[in-house]
Amino acid sequence: MSLDKATVSNIAHLARIKVDDDQLETMVGELNNILSWIEQLNEVDTEGVAPLASVTGHPLPLRADGIADGGYPERVLLNAPDRVADFYSVPKVVE
Amino acid sequence: MTDLLSLDLAAARDALRDGKISSLELTDAYLGAMEAASDLNCYITTTPDKARVMAAAADQRLAQGDALPLDGLPLGIKDLFCTEGILTTAGSHILDGFAPTYESTVTSQLWRDGAVMLGKLNMDEFAMGSANVNSYYGPVESPWKSRDGGNARLVPGGSSGGSASAVSARLALATTGTDTGGSIRQPGSFCGIVGMKPTYGRCSRWGIVAFSSSLDQAGPLTRTVRDAAIMLRSMAGHDPKDSTSANLPAPDFEAALTGDVRGMRIGVPKEYRIDGMPAEIEALWARGIEMMRDAGAEIVDISLPHTKYALPTYYIIAPAEASSNLARYDGVRYGLRVEGETLDDMYAKTRGEGFGAEVKRRVLIGAYVLSAGYYDAYYLKAQRVRALIKRDFDEAFGSVDAILTPTAPSDAFAIGENDDDPIKMYLNDVFTVPSSLAGLPAISVPVGLSGRGLPLGLQLIGKLFDEATVFRAAGVLETAAGFSVRPAGGQ
Repeated sequence: MSLDKATVSNIAHLARIKVDDDQLETMVGELNNILSWIEQLNEVDTEGVAPLASVTGHPLPLRADGIADGGYPERVLLNAPDRVADFYSVPKVVE
Repeated sequence: MTDLLSLDLAAARDALRDGKISSLELTDAYLGAMEAASDLNCYITTTPDKARVMAAAADQRLAQGDALPLDGLPLGIKDLFCTEGILTTAGSHILDGFAPTYESTVTSQLWRDGAVMLGKLNMDEFAMGSANVNSYYGPVESPWKSRDGGNARLVPGGSSGGSASAVSARLALATTGTDTGGSIRQPGSFCGIVGMKPTYGRCSRWGIVAFSSSLDQAGPLTRTVRDAAIMLRSMAGHDPKDSTSANLPAPDFEAALTGDVRGMRIGVPKEYRIDGMPAEIEALWARGIEMMRDAGAEIVDISLPHTKYALPTYYIIAPAEASSNLARYDGVRYGLRVEGETLDDMYAKTRGEGFGAEVKRRVLIGAYVLSAGYYDAYYLKAQRVRALIKRDFDEAFGSVDAILTPTAPSDAFAIGENDDDPIKMYLNDVFTVPSSLAGLPAISVPVGLSGRGLPLGLQLIGKLFDEATVFRAAGVLETAAGFSVRPAGGQ
């Protein structure tokens, strides 16, 4: 499986990473090298092997579904690049 | 006067308790050394004022005889740990100006136990790298110099490169690191120090910038095995804020250092004799085996048949998890924002400018292997192979107590070397990734020098949550190796 420029461009769009055209060509080569190296996994017979979900086998804990934290908008917004009142501000998304 | 910087963590702890030195003078000695060696670029942020306040408070407790476990000991913190009110960058442009409003669990436990913070240590961006050349804040240099390499600046390894170089150059008594596929152990080997990755779940991941959540683990980088045991006791422990944190008490790891490995069964996996491995690494490994045998351990040949598939497995799982974890960096809530015409445009520009080349590569690989139509072929396949790698270890541990291998396939290389080929860089972690995929505790101990006069480490791997055996074996290996060479560029 080999990626072409259009596919890499589409993946970059899905990942919301702007990639300039002059970088795209290099990236296609690098990603293809990595993917073809990864494909050696196809040699491994994994028939009937369950995908690993946990290395320790410890069950995940459950807790009551209640509010355990919060109520401090100033702390939450402290690092905001842009804010209006108690909200993050972003470019307009709805006309 | 004692040479303050020559004291290791355990010796400094004792000298502080005996009133022979004060934390303030010890802290000032480190702050001075950090300034003098700023060319190594170990620290992204130094916190001298905070350090002196913490040291003064420790001195007060020490004077009253209420010493805490790490009271007054100056430490450096990898810049992947969130520290309240202090710039936390993960080595990335995208976290510009980010000062968390909370403290990571691991660092809060270090401060709870009285430690002093010297600053935040440079690292590969988002912990992705094996040479610490991927930092937005520039590469970290190792204090070591090759005997035959002229004056080439050498890498400290990565991703915890600042953490390793700082311990080696004596710019901190000990440091924290994180290890996803070898990021504590490989730099430990390159810098001639001890690097310990505990069992997955031993240390809380809460407040550590996430890279690959099923693999990331915090651990210490130190001068000695004993120092690593002391550090880990404070770093470890159950934390309800990390659902994968093990609900087990943090044992007194120092008590495991009995110096006695008689009857311990040490496995030597044949698959780690990889093609093209330098003869000096083979020889070092053979010497390590002899040292353990001479100390009374039983050496057992074992097989870990899926070893060669560990790296490609890792390079599916880690990027997949990274692409998901790094989705949060969008310029909305913190860090860098690059303005755009639309919201999507702002996201793409922010991430395009904010992420470095290696991070972009891994996010794109991750997004691809998780995308519709490829998920089964790549991601699920990798998780199945991961299960086989773990099974190999489970079977081996039926007949051995610990496993001895080299830590890295080479000594340190020059800054700029191996930069042109990502896969070549990935191969640095060939011996450390398998135990990461299986969640096992593993330590790198400095054992000897390469022909070029650079440090080489050996790795000991233990059973899940059996750090005690790893420390015990590592202590014996450390004593037998007697590694005491200091880097030419250090203090």
